[in-house]
Parts: sequence; structure tokens; C-alpha cells
Amino acid sequence: MGLAASRHLNARSIDHVVLERGEIANSWRRERWDSLRLLTPNWQSRLPGFHYEGADPDGYMTMREVIDFISRFAAVSDVPVRTNTTVTCVRRTDTGYDVTTTNGNLRCRAVVLASGACNVPSVPSLCQAVPPSIQSFTPFSYRNPNDLPEGGVLIVGASATGVQLADEIRRSGRSVTLSVGEHVRLPRTYRGRDVLWWMDRSGVWDQRYDEIDDVTRVRRLPSPQLIGTPQRTTLDLNALGSAGVEIIGRLAAVRDGQALFSGGLRNQFALADLKMNRLLGTFDEWARSHERDAEVDPPERFEPTHAPASSRLKIDLRNGELRSIVWATGFRPDYRWLDVPVIDDKGHLRHDGGVVEAPGLYALGLPVLRRRKSTFIYGADDDAREVIDHLGHYLATLVKGRS
Amino acid sequence: MTTTGVNNGVNVQALLDAREVLKGAPEAAQFTWRASCKWENGTHSKTKIQSFFGLGQEQNHKTETSLGADHPEIFASEDHAITPIEYVLVGLASCLTAGVAAVAQNRGIQLRSVESKLEGKMDIRGILGIDTDVRNGYDDIKVTFKIDADASKDQIEALVAQSQKRSAVYDVITNPVNVTVQVV
Repeated sequence: MGLAASRHLNARSIDHVVLERGEIANSWRRERWDSLRLLTPNWQSRLPGFHYEGADPDGYMTMREVIDFISRFAAVSDVPVRTNTTVTCVRRTDTGYDVTTTNGNLRCRAVVLASGACNVPSVPSLCQAVPPSIQSFTPFSYRNPNDLPEGGVLIVGASATGVQLADEIRRSGRSVTLSVGEHVRLPRTYRGRDVLWWMDRSGVWDQRYDEIDDVTRVRRLPSPQLIGTPQRTTLDLNALGSAGVEIIGRLAAVRDGQALFSGGLRNQFALADLKMNRLLGTFDEWARSHERDAEVDPPERFEPTHAPASSRLKIDLRNGELRSIVWATGFRPDYRWLDVPVIDDKGHLRHDGGVVEAPGLYALGLPVLRRRKSTFIYGADDDAREVIDHLGHYLATLVKGRS
Repeated sequence: MTTTGVNNGVNVQALLDAREVLKGAPEAAQFTWRASCKWENGTHSKTKIQSFFGLGQEQNHKTETSLGADHPEIFASEDHAITPIEYVLVGLASCLTAGVAAVAQNRGIQLRSVESKLEGKMDIRGILGIDTDVRNGYDDIKVTFKIDADASKDQIEALVAQSQKRSAVYDVITNPVNVTVQVV
């Protein structure tokens, strides 16, 4: 995101520097599990003035490929990056901001927070009641199934992370229990096209934050249950159930060594199935009204999520059934270094489409920042252009004010 | 969000306004519901409900409600009133039904009738202490709605799903809650 912003700042000849705590594409290098591939197909890997040119537009990049892609973009875009520079404090001054880093200090008129939404795994506080005999992992500490102790695994959360890890850990031969709360079900392909082709072409992905009914709710939604594989497989709860993963309700409490799970699983399924079908209906309507029906397969509907006759409500965490828990319970941004009062009591940045309440302060790469696609590489260009546009106008007014 | 012509008797605007106000005043959103129970005889008791606390002050229902509870004659009781576990069904049914009406109003769906049948399955070997592996309460609750409304099947299913998502009683049945019982 910082690199995309830089490209637009370059285009406007705005003097700037991109601060990177590690190497370029640092989080892709260090904070992802081994098997992860992008959720978006290669043809959607585009950044300002730069796009995928390989032979497999419908494939999904491995992390190695993502790192190469972003590094090449940085090189051809002439981005002024200062690597191995961790920001430790951003403080407001009369004329702009003081930025303290591990590699010297800076004064600037404007700051773009492009560190994203996934700085720290977000683990519910009830994890503290888990007995120490059970090893805890997060998507940051997990690399592959070999990291886990032998024995049963509980995965908490059914976002893209949760379903992908449930699948690969189950394949490693372990018994896997997946605790499912609110989730977003999506097929990998629909009517012969990648579901993200539909999101893009039908305009759903371009829906703006100020057009969405309850944007606060939408910004908190877990990532859709998607996986990027060469086979373009759908990894929904039915697929996991068939693979032998036990699906149980949302983890509600840990009490006296017992993990207690919600009995409301059926309704979580109903909500996700209804929402998916509504979205597919939107796609069908778009294809019909835009006369695109001929170039795609006929409309299809998928099996409802199969609810088990009864799901377990309780697991004894001390009887040895479970040896590890993977907390796939989302991520949160880390703003501890931001000494500007723009964080609400839930730890979220207060902003209007990336324009933060403090003058000259901007954000990129947060969920539905300006549109539904804001957190995808594919969404970086449009958001960066508009946010940098605002920043450019802001700097111009500063100059005018002085003359 | 008033939808012209649709009237399910729910003042959705007032609820939406309250939601806006309480967003900035979490302390006013803290409610306490109360009940006072008195033993009559045998398994028969009477519970009275009138006052509650909310919006920062004491509140009162318009009238006091008195509800009896007892056990049926096949439990060697006098069957003065329904059993306590049946009150759980009353709570769940009425909570989900209120939710359906409110969500329908908010979504501009006119309801003509909303009926539901509830079944709670329970193995009484639990409460009788015959088998400690059998739980005391319901092990399965089934709610079947029959709804007549100006809406598609999917829209009606979405009403019912959303009413579960926002139901206090559904939540307290499906998720554990801390309970303290003390003697003074």
C-alpha cells in the first residue's frame, strides 16, 4: 500500500519517503504460513502502472511470487524506500508531524498510514483460561502442520485463514475441530468464472464505503472462505466436513478447563448461505441486464451448508483430546506508535475514506477504506489515487495559506 | 427508515434513534431485568415482575405481572401452572417473534401472520439423577415458523435468521452465561 501511494506521489512530484520496518514486502516474507497463496487470481495482481504478465492469469501467486511481484514494482516505480526503519512515534506539530524511527527522525507535512489492518493477530481474552498443556498458535506463529504437536487441533474461526489451516492440518493426519461463528461463504468459481471476476465486473467490489448501509459492520466482517489453489477448489464448510473436519459452534467461554461452544451453529450457516445466495443473485441480475449470459455458464446454486444433527457444546481441554489451538480469530492494526488522538475506544482509526481526523494524516489498506476491494492488492490503485489526491490538495492549501 | 404502507406495529424509527443515542452513551445501555419469586406449596410458586433498571434509572412496567409455575400431575404435582422449563420456550418464541416483526418493519416487509411451534427435547433421567451423563435441561430445541408475508421465501428465511442473530433469549440459550445463586 505504501508503494502504491508512493507511485501516485511520484506522479504528482510530491517529495516523500516510504518507511519500511524490514525489507520490501516484509509482511509477505515473515507473517504468512508456507502454503498460502493470494486469494485473488493473477490477472487481479495489479498496482499503479504495473500488472501481472505471466502465463497463468487465472492462477494464484505463492508468497515467493508475491514478494517478487512487489519487489519488481518497487524497482520499476522508483520508490524512495528506507528499509529496516521502524517508526516508533508519530507526533503532531504546528506545521505537520514529527516522525521518530529507529533510523533517524523526520519532519513532514503529511503522513500516510499504510501499515494495514493485519499487524497483530487478534486473540480473544478467553485464551488466558486455556490450560498450559495446550499449545497456542496464531497465523503469525504457524508455518506448517509440522510446527504443531501430535494430536487433536482446535481451530477457532472460519475466515479464509481458518478454513485453509483446517484443511491443511486435517491433511496432515491430525483430527481437526473447527469452531465457526459468523463467516462469509463464497464459491471459488461461479458459472465458470472466478468469484472475484464477478465481484469486480458486477461492480460489487467497487461499492464505495459511503454507499454501504452499515459500513462499521461490513468493515468487521471476516475474510471470505476462499483459497487459491491450482485446481481452483472451493473450500467451504461442506468440503471441510467431507474431509473429516468436525464443525462446531462459536467458542463462547473457557471455564474450569472446559471449552464451551455456542449451540447457534445452524443459524450461522443459514445467515452465510442466504448472504451467498443473495450475492449470486446480484451476479445473475448483472449478467442478465448487461447481456453477458452467453459468455458464462448457466446460473447455479450450491448445496446448503450441512448442519450436523447435533454439534458438541463442550470439549474438555485437560483430557488430552486437544494438543493445540490455532487462533484464526482475525487481526488488528497496531497504532501504539501513533501519538495522535485519532483512535476510537475499540482501537479503530477514525477516518472518512482514508482521510483521518487530524489534518495531513491519511490511511490506506484498511477494510472497506473507500470500497469493498480496499484490502486487496487489486484495490490499492484506486484508493491510493484518491487518498493521494486529497493529500495533494491539502498540501496545496498549506502553500496558499503561506503566500 | 420508514417504509410507506408497511405497518407491523413496530416503531422502528424509535429503535433506530435509540441505537444512535446509545452508541455514544454505553452506560445508559446497561439494563437489569428482575423477577421476584415466592414459594406457594409443593412445586407451585409465583413470580412477580414489574420493575427494571435501564437508561440510567429505575423503570416500571405499566402493570405488575404474576406468573405461576408448577409441575404436571404425572410428576405427582398439582399442575397449577406450566413448568419452569416451558417458560424457556415462552421466552424464546416471544423473543424471536418480536424480532421477526421488527426486522420485517425495518426491511419494509408487511406481515400478515407469524406463527411458530416450539419443541424442546429433554431426557428427565437428568433431573431425576438416574444417569449423571444426561444433562438436566433441553438437549435440543426446535422452532418451526409459519409466516405469511409480502416477501419471497429467501426474504422470510432471512427475517428469521436475522431475528435469531439479534435475539437476547436465543443468545442466552445457545451461549453460556455466568449465574450466581446465593442465600441472604
